Parts: sequence; structure tokens; C-alpha cells
Amino acid sequence: MEEEKKGSTSGFWRWAIASVLFRLILVFFPKNLHLSSRPEVSTPLTSLRRLSEGYWLKQSSMSPYAGSMYHGSPLLLSILGPLTALRIEGQPEHLLCGLFFILADIVNAMLIRATGQCLQMAYSQRLKALDLVKLSAASGTIQSGNLAALVYLWNPFTIVACVGLSTSPVENLATILSLYGACTGLVPLAAFGWVIATHMSLYPAILIVPVILLLGYGPDAPPRKVFLQKEYKNGGQSNVQVIFSWRQLVHFVFWSIIWGTYVLVLCGISVKQYAGLQEMIRRTYGFILTVEDLSPNIGVLWYFFAEVFDFFRSFFFIVFHMNILFMILPLAIRLKHRPAFLAFVYIAITATFKSYPSVGDSALYFGLLALFANELADIKFSFFLFCGYIGVSLLSPVMHNLWIWRGTGNANFYFATGMAYACLQIILVVESVSAMLDHDRMLMKLVAARKHVDSKS
Amino acid sequence: MELLRRPIFSLLLLLSLPISFPSISLGSAVQGEDGHREEEFTEELLLKPLPDRKVLAHFHFENTAQRTQSYGRHHHLFPKAISQLVKKFAVREMELSFTQGRWNYESWGGFDPISSSNAKPPGVELWATFDVPPDQVDASWKNLTHSLSGLFCASINFLESSATYSAPEWAFQPASGNLRYGTLPREAVCTENLTPWLKLLPCRDKAGISSLMDRPSIYRGFYHSQRLRLRPAKIIADGADSGIVLEQTLTVVLQPNGFRTKSSHSSENKISPTWAMSSLLGRKIEGRCVLAKSSNVYLQLERGLVAELNALKENQEFVGTTVLNDDLIKNPAFEISVKPDWVLKEVGNLPTGSSSLMYGYSIGKSTDSGPFDLHLTWKSPMVWSCPRPPLHASRFLMGSGNERGAIAISLRSTGLNEGLYGSNKDKESCVLPVNVFQVVPWYIKVYFHTIKVFIDEQRKAVPDVIEKIRVSPSEDKVLPGVMEMVLKLPCGVKSAAMTLEFDKGFLHIDEYPPDANQGFDIPSAIITFPNVEAAMHFNQFSSSDKSPLLSRFREKNPVQSYTEVLLVPLTTPDFSMPYNVITITCTVFALYFGSLLNVLRKRASEEERLLRAKGRSSPLSRLLAKLRRKKEVEPQSSTTSSSLFSSKLVVKIILVAAIAICWQYFG
Repeated sequence: MEEEKKGSTSGFWRWAIASVLFRLILVFFPKNLHLSSRPEVSTPLTSLRRLSEGYWLKQSSMSPYAGSMYHGSPLLLSILGPLTALRIEGQPEHLLCGLFFILADIVNAMLIRATGQCLQMAYSQRLKALDLVKLSAASGTIQSGNLAALVYLWNPFTIVACVGLSTSPVENLATILSLYGACTGLVPLAAFGWVIATHMSLYPAILIVPVILLLGYGPDAPPRKVFLQKEYKNGGQSNVQVIFSWRQLVHFVFWSIIWGTYVLVLCGISVKQYAGLQEMIRRTYGFILTVEDLSPNIGVLWYFFAEVFDFFRSFFFIVFHMNILFMILPLAIRLKHRPAFLAFVYIAITATFKSYPSVGDSALYFGLLALFANELADIKFSFFLFCGYIGVSLLSPVMHNLWIWRGTGNANFYFATGMAYACLQIILVVESVSAMLDHDRMLMKLVAARKHVDSKS
Repeated sequence: MELLRRPIFSLLLLLSLPISFPSISLGSAVQGEDGHREEEFTEELLLKPLPDRKVLAHFHFENTAQRTQSYGRHHHLFPKAISQLVKKFAVREMELSFTQGRWNYESWGGFDPISSSNAKPPGVELWATFDVPPDQVDASWKNLTHSLSGLFCASINFLESSATYSAPEWAFQPASGNLRYGTLPREAVCTENLTPWLKLLPCRDKAGISSLMDRPSIYRGFYHSQRLRLRPAKIIADGADSGIVLEQTLTVVLQPNGFRTKSSHSSENKISPTWAMSSLLGRKIEGRCVLAKSSNVYLQLERGLVAELNALKENQEFVGTTVLNDDLIKNPAFEISVKPDWVLKEVGNLPTGSSSLMYGYSIGKSTDSGPFDLHLTWKSPMVWSCPRPPLHASRFLMGSGNERGAIAISLRSTGLNEGLYGSNKDKESCVLPVNVFQVVPWYIKVYFHTIKVFIDEQRKAVPDVIEKIRVSPSEDKVLPGVMEMVLKLPCGVKSAAMTLEFDKGFLHIDEYPPDANQGFDIPSAIITFPNVEAAMHFNQFSSSDKSPLLSRFREKNPVQSYTEVLLVPLTTPDFSMPYNVITITCTVFALYFGSLLNVLRKRASEEERLLRAKGRSSPLSRLLAKLRRKKEVEPQSSTTSSSLFSSKLVVKIILVAAIAICWQYFG
């Protein structure tokens, strides 16, 4: 058993290093394969080209938000801006940025691995407490942390987003940092990750629910009712505590406030001589919420807002953002015992319906999905989903080429692939939630059956 | 008799008084006091043969008026509409041009005053400076565009939106922040714009030089540009508000339809077609406009042509005893039908050896001998070139596809700058400054950090070449992108190029014009050479002394040229799809919402049992259970009504009714 584990870890490292080498080769590839101009990779929010334009404006003592080029965070600008301006003779442009994104990807993978290990350990402990040792042993056969890290590293979406010089690896880093901190109980880290992720792309704000649940209840566990059943059977003796820890919540709020003010002060300092924080918020969050840029991406909102009548615009803004917000509460109620999985569902939903989605967002939720490989083993439509994702990711560039470059197709062709992609993501979310709930039911049945056997014997 | 005669005499005297008074007052007005100048109107026409067998006709009307406190009630000649405009919007300077066709800088000249100030970009160009505080400039501009739009029957009101105009600071003209500049490259210019323009002239097109404006012949030309320029009159020493000058020019490039060369096409292939004013413009000048102070026609011979003439004369060893005037109207190269009233010669330091000639005709005199018509008959082929700008500017698009591209501005040397600078200065230290002013509409999203400069086809670092740059990046649907820069080029430069990358924007379905697939226009860039002045001095002649046209020629304006208008195709969405897109997208959202909720509320049977077991404790659920049990009995008796009166339905109806009652009472 131990040897097998050792073997698997060495295999993991081999694959991880191979993925990094693969990325390096692609980054050093001349002209960068033109990935950075793909609409699937760089959205108005994540494009490095826009970031370097913002940096240029800032260097020529103008506000980086002057004009409608840059819509990202001023902190990212001050970190990545100098890297975009630096050139090494004889090397491709933006080499340093590419290396920076590779580094971010490696850190992401390591954090996912650590999160996975932490989740798995906690989960097998809970299962043991339920006397479901067989099941826990079965779950131990797949090291979900290693698997998730490798899925993240070798996912073509991740590779494309990293090599295509979009800032999504950095945004993903903040989100994963927050989840990792919440899983391991590091409240300041969780708060930091959450604040930075929210600051950079706004949508991770809804992750406050899973993060608080993670801090309050601890990592994912079988549903509470199972423990109640077990407790009932044992006659009131419970070795697993399921009490919400308010202290952690207070800590989290405290640290969030500290980090939030810190970030705001830093932003305030960096945009002070231009237009101030209000302008920054209008140009970043306002830009995200009002879908000002109608350039095509893999989402559905760009074409919708390019076609919809002007007087309905604000109505549909509200409707579409409500669709994300409406599902927070039902999901939180139903999945409160599995906060990490809840976080995955939230991230997948926002990746589907955000204003400027890119494949970098999909890369993140695929990585997280692999964390629950044991629980979601019997997910429905998995083959269909796999083929669908491959099909869409092959068809989307073709349709884009037909429409934009050749002029033989039209916008509907490309929009159709975006539509299919959204449907696939919806099916993935629905089916994974369904599979997780079925898994819980299965656990309950097992416990009930054991109880039955125990009472009979 | 005496008694009878005296009243008659006094009556005569009385009658003559009102007649003599106006004549006295008119006389004093025409004489004019030095401090208090009156309104003046002059009309002039300049004809110039061009090297490519075409003829340039340049009409110049100038109207000077005092600025009055009232709304233009006391003007005799100055158009009231314009004076009201100036008064109301506090316009200090303004220029409006309607142009069709493109000025050919290579063969029609780019270095003389006409090409620098009258060659305009296609469509409508409007700029104005205002005498108002900086925060009111935009409001004045908007009102001005609307007024002009009504005045000239053009869609100038489109310049009202802030996405179409810009505020250049130094590259276009030195301005103190109250200059606004806007162009409409696609405006079609036609006779409906010319008629209101002619209405501003005191004689309209009924008399004088303006009667030459025969619409078919003007619009048949290769290029025509009708311009209206308002400028303050020369500032008087005490600094008081002096007055305003309205300058109306019409520049036309026409092709004489050579009636004589057609017959002997083979032999006289290279001889330019003979033309007459009546054949070019279709009319003759019947007489001067009586309201005009002066009414002159000029024929200009360019430096190159004069040099050729001199060479021709020397070759034929012409005996130098001919009379000057006779030599001028009749020489081996051409023959002019009318003897000029005066001949002006260009003076000043000239880059080439020869100076250009200007033949002047005063219309007032020629009316006695019938209508004025000028014939120019070419006798031998002449080849000359016109003065070119130091660098020939052109602009083009690079890249393919509808996603991104690059704008390139290329400057090619015409060989003139060496002549300008090469002799007196050493080439190392000598620099040629070039101002570039470019406005880019917002849907062309320019990345200013991608500026690349090439000099003599070698890439140069940007700070080495660009001395000064001001950029105002475009904002979606609000502001256009404006770029002003000063390039410092070495004098011996052969070619220089500048590229700028851009992304094409995607517009809302309503923002596309009706012919969306035609493409969108990027207005012309303006290239100015601030150190090179386009001025022509002619030797002072008593009658030409006050000619406004010649004094315009004397003004030291920098050489300016416009680049081509670029046509950028943008991708279009499907215009017929809005309903389909809305319904399909909303279906996807409904799919997500419905299926996810369904998964969340689906419960397995054992869970439901557990819930029921739990719920039994509460009295309400006990009641419900009782009801349910009753209903469970019922179906056995009547199976037909079971579907209608299922327990759930009844519960729901009761619940809704209860809520309704509560709402009624407490709501």
C-alpha cells in the first residue's frame, strides 16, 4: 500500500514536471502560436495586451482607465505592467509574463493537490467514524488531490489560458488560495484569497458562502442526517462534532475587513493621481456588470446584448445576474455539508454565466471537479459531456475563423457553439449536483442497512 | 413771378435734398474712416493650368464686417445668418468645408497656399474656436453644428455627439483648448449644399464671378471643395474687437474637354487641351457684381511652367526686342486671348530659380467690351511639375480579417527637402519636424503602446523619433481616439513609416448604418510641416495691393496635407436575429434554472418517509395527514374524480385561499 502510494507520488511529479516543460516549450515558441488573440483565451478583462496598453497609459502619466482598454485591477497592473514592458533580446515578447503565468499555474496545481489531500483525509476520517471503512478504503485508491492537480495541469484549457497570456491563472490563484485556506483552517489566507479574487473579477464574491461553511463546519463530510442516524444507533454517543464554529466566522469577517481595507488603500494610492477609487470601480465592476464590450467570447451574453433592444438592456442585466444569485441559497441549503463541492458548483455557474467568460474559468472548475472524483464516480452523461467539450472546443475556432476571417459564416455560427458550450456546462453542473446527492443517499442507505443488520443481529 | 419762382425753387431744393443726402452718406461710407472700417465685399477667381492637363479654378469671395452688438440688423453686405451665428455662439474662428474627390498632392501641388489651405478631406470638415470659458465650449459646439446643419442642408448635426468630434491641442492648429474639430467623411456633397452657400454672397449667383457657377460643370470636375472660413479681421492696435472676415472659396479641378485636340489627336498628342472659361465652366462673366469692391480674375502660371517657358525662349533664340506684354500673351508655348491688365511676379527667396507669374484682369473694365471670357491656347507641349510638399504622406491599412489590423502612415520624400536644407545646413544636425494629427473613431480600438516607427526601412526606437506625443484614448460610444505627435525626422530621410495596431470593435445592432457591410471610415490624418511655410509673395502692384486672395497667399501658413480616408470593414451580427437570440438565450437560462432546481428538490422515498415521521409532531401536519388519509379513502369510492380532487390540489387551494384572505385583511 505504502509503496503503491510512493509510486503514485513519483508518477505525479513526473507528470507535473512534464506539463511544466510542455508549457515552457509553448511559451518559447515563436509568435506564441497567436493564442493570445483568441477570443476564447483573452477577454477584455483578461487580455494581457490591454493590460500593457493600460501600463503604457500609466507610464505616460494618464489614468490607466482612460479610454476603454483596461478594466483590470490596478494592483495587477503594477505587478504585471513592468513585466510586459521588459523585453529580452532575441526572445519572444512577453516572455517574462509567460513565465509568471506558468509559475502561477504550478502554485495553483500544488494548492489544489494540498486541498485535495486535506479534503480526502478529513473525508476518510468521517467515513471511518460511520464504520464505512470499506468505502473509505475504496476512496483511498484514487488520490484525488494528485488527480485534480494533474487534471488542472494537463487540461488543454489551462495550458491554452496560461500560454495564451491571459491573466486568468492569477485570478484562479486567488480563488484557489481562498479555498485552500478555508480547507486547512487558515483564516487569514482564506480571507486574503477571497478579497483578492473578488477584487480582481467580482464574481468570486459569492464564494463567501462556501468559505464560511468550510471554516464553520470543516471540510466536506457525509450529510448530517447520517451521523444522526448513527448517533441514534449508538445511543447518543457521537465522536464527530457537527457544530458551527462562530469563532472562525468572526475571524474570517475580521480578516476580510482588514484585507479589504488594505486592498482598497493600495488601489487608492495607485489611482489617486488620476480619477480615484470611484472611477476605478466604475471601470472595473461597472464594466463587468453592464457588458459594455460586445466582442465575441465563448459566453452567451455578448451576442444577446448586441442584439437586444436598448430599452430592455437593464432588465436583462438584472435577470441574468439574478440567475447566478438566485441559486446561491438553494444550493447552500442542500449542499451545506459539502462546502468544497458547493464552491465548485458556484465557480462552474459563474464560469457559465459571467459577462466575459474564458477557458481559464473552465480550467479552474475542471481542476476542482477532479477533487470529487471518488464521490462523483457514477455521474451520468460523462461520456456525452466529454465528447461535447471536445466537439465545442474544436468547432468554436472553426466557426470563429469562418465568421471573422473568411467572412463565409455569420455570427450565428459562432454563437451556436457558445450556446452549446453553455448547455454543456449547465448539464455538467446539474449532473454533478445530482450525482453528489445520489452519493449522499447511497451513504444513508448503507448506514441504514448496517443499522438494520446490527439491530437484527 | 418772383414769388411763384421761389417756391418752385425751394420745392426743387427740398426734393433734391433726400436724393443728395444718401449719396453723400454713401460716399462717406465708401470712402471710409480709418478707425471705423465698413463692410467690404470682393470677388476673385484664380485659374491655373495643372501639369496633368487639368485646370484649377479657385473662386474666392471675401466679406468683411464690423462686429456689432445687435444681432446683425445693420449689415448691408455681410450675411445676417452668419453674423447671428457668430454673435450667438461666440465663434472666434471657424472653417467648414464640403469636399468631393481627393486632392492629388503629387500632380496638383502640395506646397502652395491653395493646396495647403484649400485641399480638404472628402466629406465635411468643421472646426471652430470659441470665445467662451472652457466648460461651455462643448455646448457652443453642439449648438453651432445644429445651426450649420440647418443652414447648409447637411448632416453636420452628427458632429454633435461627443464620439465624433475631438479637441486637438497643438498638432492641428495652435489652440488654447477651445478648438473643436470634427469630420464626416461619408457626407455626400451636392448642389443642395452649394445653393445655401451661394445665398451668403451679396449677388448670389446672379451677377459677377459667382455667375460662373454652373452646377453641372462644377460637379463634373475631379475635385471640388466648397469652403467657408470665418476669421477675425486684423487686430487693431488698441486691441478692440475688430471685425470679422467671411471667406468663401470654391476650388474646382476641371478637365477641359479639348475640342481642338480631338481632330489632330495623333500629331498633338502631348499638347494640353485648349480651354476657355466658357468651355470649362459653361458660362462667361457678364459683368461684375456691383456690390463688390473689386472683382478680379487671375491666371497663374506655376514656377515650373515659367521655368519651362524661359528655357523654351532661350532655345528658340528669341530676339529680345519684343514688348513685354505681347511676350506674355503670345509666346511659343501658349496664347491668351485677353491682354492682362497687370502682371505680377513672385518675389522672395525661392527654392527654384524661377518665380511664378500672375496675370490679373479686372472685371469692371472688361464689361464694356462684352462678356469676359479667357481663352488659353497651347501651342507646344509643356511638361512641368508643381511644387510638392517635403514629404508625401499616405496612409493605409494592414492585416486581414475582421478582428484586428494596423494603420500605417507612410511619408515618402519628394526630393524637395534636400533642396530646402541640404545646401545651407549639415545633414547631421538638421531635423525636419512633422506634426501628425489623427482621429480614430471609437470602434477602432487603437493600442497606442504598439507604435512602431521605421525610418528608411529600419526600425527606430520610439523616443528617438517621436519628440512629443499626446494621446486621448477612445472610450466606447463616448470619445474618439485622438493622437497628436511631433516626429523629428532627419532632413535626408528617404522614407518614414509609422504603424499602429488596433482591434476592431463590435457594435450594437442599432449602431450600424443602413449599409453596414460597406465598412466604416477612418477620417483623414493631417500631416503638417511646421517649419515649412507655404507662402507666395507677389510684387506689390497698386491695384493688387488690397486683393484678399493675394494677401491670403502671403500668409505664412505651414504646409499641410491630408491623407486618404480609410475604409475599415467591420463584422456584422445577423440583423434579422434579435428575437431568435433573445428566445434561445432565455431558453438556455430556463434550462439551467429549471433542471438545477429540479435536482435540488428531488427527494428519495426514504427521505420523504423520514420527513413525514418527523413532521407528525406538529399539529398542522397532523391535520394535513388526517386530510390526506381521508382523501386516501376517497379514491376507492370514486376513481373518476380522483384526478380532479386530489389531496394535494385541495391543500394547495386552501393554502392559496388562506394567503389571499390574509392578504386581503393585512395587506
